[in-house]
Formats: sequence, C-alpha cells, structure tokens
Amino acid sequence: MSRLSDWHIAALLALTGIAGPLLLPALVTQFAFLWLMIVFAVTWDILGGRMGYNSFGNIVFFGIGCYAAAVIQRDMGLPYFEGLALGLVVGTGLAVLAAALLGSALLGIRGHYFAIATLGLTVASGEIAAGWNYVGAGSGMALPLYPGALGERELFFSYSLFAVAACCFLLCRWLYSTRFGLALNAIRDDHDKADAMGLRTTPIKIFAWCIAAFFLALSGGLAANMIGFIDPRDVAFAGATFGVWMVLMAILGGKGTLWGPVLGAVVFHITQEIFWTWLLGWQRVALGALIVIIVVFFPQGIMGWWAERRARREAA
Amino acid sequence: MSALLEVRNVTKRFGGVVANANISLGVERGEIAGLIGPNGSGKSTLFGCIAGAHAVDEGDILFEGAPIKHLRTATIARLGLIRTYQQTRIYGAMSCMENMAISAREAQGGLLSLLRPVPPATSRRAADLLAFVGLHEKREEKAARLSFGQQKLLEFAMALMNEPKLLLLDEPTAGINPTLINGLIDRLRRANSELGVTLLVIEHNMRVIMNLAHRITCLAHGQVLAEGTPDEVRDDARVLDAYLGVA
Amino acid sequence: MLDNLSLLVEFPAITLDVVLNGLLIGAIFALAAYGMALVWGVLNIVNVVQGELVVLGGYITFVAVQYGLHPLLGLPLSAAIMYGVGWLIYRGVIFRVVDRDIFISILATFGLSILIQQLANLVFGAEVRSVDAALGSVHFLDGMVTLANVKLLAFLLAIGAGAALWLFLRKARLGQAIRATAQNPRAARILGIDTDRVFAATYGLNAALCGAAGSLAVMAWTIHPYMGLPYTIRSFMVVVVAGVGNVGGVVAAGLGLGALENVAGFVLGVEFQIAFVFALMVLILVWRNLRAARQRSHLE
Repeated sequence: MSRLSDWHIAALLALTGIAGPLLLPALVTQFAFLWLMIVFAVTWDILGGRMGYNSFGNIVFFGIGCYAAAVIQRDMGLPYFEGLALGLVVGTGLAVLAAALLGSALLGIRGHYFAIATLGLTVASGEIAAGWNYVGAGSGMALPLYPGALGERELFFSYSLFAVAACCFLLCRWLYSTRFGLALNAIRDDHDKADAMGLRTTPIKIFAWCIAAFFLALSGGLAANMIGFIDPRDVAFAGATFGVWMVLMAILGGKGTLWGPVLGAVVFHITQEIFWTWLLGWQRVALGALIVIIVVFFPQGIMGWWAERRARREAA
Repeated sequence: MSALLEVRNVTKRFGGVVANANISLGVERGEIAGLIGPNGSGKSTLFGCIAGAHAVDEGDILFEGAPIKHLRTATIARLGLIRTYQQTRIYGAMSCMENMAISAREAQGGLLSLLRPVPPATSRRAADLLAFVGLHEKREEKAARLSFGQQKLLEFAMALMNEPKLLLLDEPTAGINPTLINGLIDRLRRANSELGVTLLVIEHNMRVIMNLAHRITCLAHGQVLAEGTPDEVRDDARVLDAYLGVA
Repeated sequence: MLDNLSLLVEFPAITLDVVLNGLLIGAIFALAAYGMALVWGVLNIVNVVQGELVVLGGYITFVAVQYGLHPLLGLPLSAAIMYGVGWLIYRGVIFRVVDRDIFISILATFGLSILIQQLANLVFGAEVRSVDAALGSVHFLDGMVTLANVKLLAFLLAIGAGAALWLFLRKARLGQAIRATAQNPRAARILGIDTDRVFAATYGLNAALCGAAGSLAVMAWTIHPYMGLPYTIRSFMVVVVAGVGNVGGVVAAGLGLGALENVAGFVLGVEFQIAFVFALMVLILVWRNLRAARQRSHLE
C-alpha cells in the first residue's frame, strides 16, 4: 500500500476510535472489543508473523493481566481507579516476568513443537487457575463496580483499549523499522543462519515475547474490568476462543505485514458479531468451521491476496 | 605467521558412522587454505564441528589459541569465525539489502543497539559489497527470488559484511555459471588480500582450488589423506586414488 | 496434598490400586497414540482433532447402548463408523493440508476440533456420560485393590489392537503401502502406489483406532464434549516420548502416562489432573530441547 493510503487508514481508525463511541453509543462495547481484538492480532504477529514462532500461548499473558488486576483490586482496599492502575502495573510486570521466564524455557523449541508446547501452556494455566481457591477456582472472580455514571464505564474502557491498541500498533511499527525488526525476520527465515551469523537470537526472541506480554496484560486488566467477571477457561485463559482467534485474525489479514493483523481483526470481529446475531446457538460451531475454511483456503490472507492480485495485474 | 585455526585430532561420529577420524589441520592467519576430498569424505562435517553445529566427540579446536569446541555457533561467529553453507542459506523473504544489513557486525550487539534503524554507513557498505559480488542491480529484490548462483554470491557478500577473521566457504563455486567462475576466484582473492579475511575453502572444482589456495588438505573416509601445496597434493598418488576410487 | 502422598507411602495397597487402575486407563491412551503416530508418520501432520475422534467414538457406543445394543458390540460399531468419519474428514479437509506447512495442519485440525466439540455439545449435551458394561469387578488384597473387569478388558483389547496393527503394517498389502509411503511418498508414487488413497486409509484407520479407544473410554471411564484436547495432548506426548515408528514404545509410554496421571490426580487432587497432563507435556518438550541443546542441536 502506498504511503498515502497508509495515512488514510490510520486517520479512519483514529476517527473511529475517538468519534465512534460518541456517534454510535449503542455500539460502544463492540468498539471496545474491536480494539481488544486488534491488540490480540498485532501482538500475536510479533512472534507469529515477524519471527516465525506460532504461539497458542500468548493468551496466558492476557490471563495474567486479568487475574493480577482482579486480585489487586480485591485485596488492596484502594479506591477504584487507584486499584485499577496498580493492578495494571502489577499485571504487566508479572506478565513480562512470565514471558521472560517461560521464553527462556520455551523459545528454544522450534516449529510445531513450539506451537503444541504453547497450547499446553494455555490449557495448563487455565486448569491451574480453575483449581486455585485464592483466585476463586472454577467460579472465577468478579471485579469491583465502576464508580462513574451509567454508560460512562463503557466509554472509559473503549477509550482506554483504543489507547492501548494505538500505542501497541505504533510501537510495533517503530520496532519493525529498526534492526530489531530485521533480526526478527532473519530468525523467521532461517534460524540456524541467524545463529551462524552471530545474532543474539535468545535475548531477541525473549524481548519480542515480553513486548507482546506487556500489551496483552495491559488489555487483560482493562478487559476484565470491562466485562466485570473472569472465568478461568472462558475469559482469562480462553485458548479455544481468544487464543485461536488471535492466530486466525493475523492470518486472515496477512501475517508479517504491518496492516494485515489490524485488518484481520476488523474483518473477523464484524464476522463474529454477525454470527452471534444470526446463528443463535450455532455460532461456536460456525467459528470452528470458519477457522478451517480460512486456514485451508485463504492462508495468504487479505494482504497477501492483494499483493498477488496487484502482481498479476502488473504482469498482464 | 601464527595459526588462526587449529584442529587437533578431532573425531566426530554419527551413531556408528565415523565422519571425522582423528583429523588435524591448521589455518595460518592471512592465507587461503583449501579442503578437498571425494563426496562423503567428511569435509562439511568438519566445517560443522569447527563452526559449532555439531558436538565434537574427541579432540580440540582452537581459534586464535582459545578452545572453541564447546561454544555455540553464535558465540563462535562473534569471535570472528563465519561459515557459509553448501546448500546456501539466506533470509528468503527479506530483500538483499536487508540480508546484508542484518549480517553486519553491529547486528551482533545487544538488544539496545538493535533498537535503531540501520545506520547510513552500514547501508553504504552493504551496497558496496553487493556491487563487489555483482548483485547491485538486485539489491531491492527478495533474496528467495534470486537464482541459486546469485544466492551463493549473496551469502558470500553477507559473510564479508560480517568482517570475519576467518571465513569457511563450503563450495563457493557450485551452481555458479561457469563463465562467472574466474570473476569469483578473483573476488575471493581480493577478499583475502584487500579485506584481510583468511579463507578455508571446500571446493570440488579442482581447477578453482588449485588456482586459489596456498595450501590444500585432502580428506578421504573421514581422515586426512594428504597435505601440502597445490602442486604437491596434485601429484600425490593417494589423492588420485581417492578420487578415482582405486584404493 | 501431602496427606494423600503420605497415604500412598503408608499403604502400599492403595498405591497398587492407583497405579494399576492408571495403567489400565493408559491402554486407552496408547490406542489413541498409535493412531496419532500413524498419521504423523505417514501424512506428516499433527492431528489436533485426535481427541475429538476419541470422544465421538465414545458417543457412538453411548447412543448404541441407549438403543439396546450390548456395550461390547459398541466397540466394533464405533471403530467401523469412525473409519468412515475419518475418511470423510480426510476427503473434506486433511488432503488439502497434507503437503503444506505443518502449522497449517495444526491450525486446521484445531479448527476441526473446536467444530466437533461444539457440535457434540449441541447434539449430546454437556453432561458427563458413561456406559455400564455390567462386567463386575475383581478385588484382591482384602478389597484394598479394585479393578473393574471392563478396564481389564480394555487393557487386553488395546494390547490386541496394537499387535494387530503391527501385524497389519508388516503383512497386509495396504499396510506395506502405508509403510512405504511413510518412508518416502515420492518414491512410493513413482512405484505406483496411490498415495492419496493410502493417506485416506491411514487417516480412516486412525479414526477407527480412536473410535475403539473412545468406546472403551465410555465403558471404563467417562466422556463429555470438552475432553478431546486432553486426549490429543496425551497422544502427542506419548508419541514424542516413544518416537513415531515405535509401536512397543507407544504401548509402554501410554501405560506409563496412565499410571503417572492417576497417581498425580490422587496426590494433587482430581481438579489438577488435566493441568498435570498439559504441564507434563510442556516439561517433556523443554527437557528434550535442553538435552538436544547440549548436543549443539535443537528440537525441531
């Protein structure tokens, strides 16, 4: 895409983020979830698209963010916003720490073993949370009520999540313009070669996961407060929904491209909302089918399809 | 002259197969050393042992006098010992210039130093080196779209970008258009004399290696068969036997 | 937690009961793992929908028993129907991902797994189901050790199925074609083997093995719609530990996992048993990778 249309998309998204919730108050929650989905897809793409490490485990950091906020807000006895702020700080800290520790153990594993290992990580985390009384075990945790006026709460979280998504996107965009971005691509294209050329692949990989973990935990703390309730398997460590969706959205848009994950998140979120409205009871089945269809028939994604089409037209 | 690389009695087994048996050889600083031998004689395995891709079963490997046999590939590379691969390995989805930029010595630094755009000086050097190997026109092309021979040249340029002290080249002329081979020999020589890179070259093309190397080691069945100047090795009856299969 | 551990130490008979029951359940894991090893070795895909095939096999027996069929006849019925289901899944989806990047196959089969699990939830409901095979139990050591006969039967059948598979792969025409395709699909094609049909048969065979495993699971244990993924991960773990081409190893690893899991469930509490399975799998992969790193290589 040319530079001009880059700015067009950015302006459109910014406008949607700022004006959307005010113009369409009925859809505020939808907007908030859209920003969340964008954070999911963009952070997944750091490893999956740019570095070639397909992870089913990123949702773990989201879950850590959810639970950290909930526990801090429950136990510290702070007013709402102070509690939320502290919860976000602790949550992101814990998630980055977890990414560093898990990363040093898991990021040496390559290819599909890494994918399955991270899948295991997600389910194990969910099961542990579901059995751990301190965090409410299987019945989950409720978050404190938002103190403001009715309707203000949705607006607050929509704007916060928009800010997180925007920061996340801009940071990634900058990262990919540095040598760090090239190093990620080198690891994806040929890990052994990158080692043989003396790149410090281990710290690079761990740092990449830490960045993803930071934004996921931040959005996790906010999302938990927006939803008001954490279920260990269906919200925090939701491997079969959020965990797969982030992979799917990045692929749908075009993994390893700048706008692909954002685009994928928008298209997927709208599709999913349509499913929820029209396929009462069958939406989860339809989502499974959608995963299969996209992966099997459309693995190059929207951006890849676009590039192919343009290449064909130029050739013709 | 001092020994830059010393391989002492190295043995490497894969299961029951002895790929390298008690191999010793040395590479002097500043020279171009050749490594020849029939297919399966253990040349590439020896490269793997030196560069850190395989665990060495017995023996020692010294680089600038320090043991490196327990170090990992990346650590060895940062000491200034770089290898290329027989099958050619480049970063396929990246452009030639990006391949070069991430192969620069500065890219081996810590995380903080990576969080910056590619400095203009590096880009200039990358462009110069691509011109040196004759890929300047292709510099914005995706590496995967180059021909095999061009990829080979790119891999060579990437290695030079890294400013190694010692460069292990695994069959640099394989797959290169025969009309371009003389030019490549010339470039290898210039890399050695002008950029000061010591070379250890595996080569199947006898004409190339006899022209290029100052000293040649011949392997057969995982053992050192002969060693000496190109003339000495060429006239060695055992080398002939190994290649013709009489022994 | 520690109480239960000391219980195991103080009363060896309880330990024996827990370990033996685990071993017998492990036979079911081994059966599903054979299938995964077969598909992995021949089609070179990691079949994440494996566990759902087991669950479906269980539901087939469950429904057949509702209609008055004897539970033991449910086993061949489940296997036969699941062979057809496997063949359909291959023709519908799998054949399109066989030659592709292995992550594509993981994601596609993961999608299938979600699809089937949600479908099962809609059709059969979220309740935990089981079938009483009415075979009684054996007791020994003064009743300290109880083994349901159906578990013993499951164990024997799983071993028997393993032996039959081993024989089939060595002696039967199709079995030899499967082995040839596993070794080198291109060479097999050149020699006139219709690899597409071999792939379909292999996948069907896998589904049949899973169907049998599911049928035994619903008799000896329980099933519900969301217990597929643990079976997938168990199979994956068993194959990783035993190696793709090692039938004996798969049996041993499957039984070992069953025993280990039962002990862990007893000590940590049943609510942590699934967490244990997944965490164990992660640990095994990490450990294998560390071992490989010492050889200057890595797990790939």
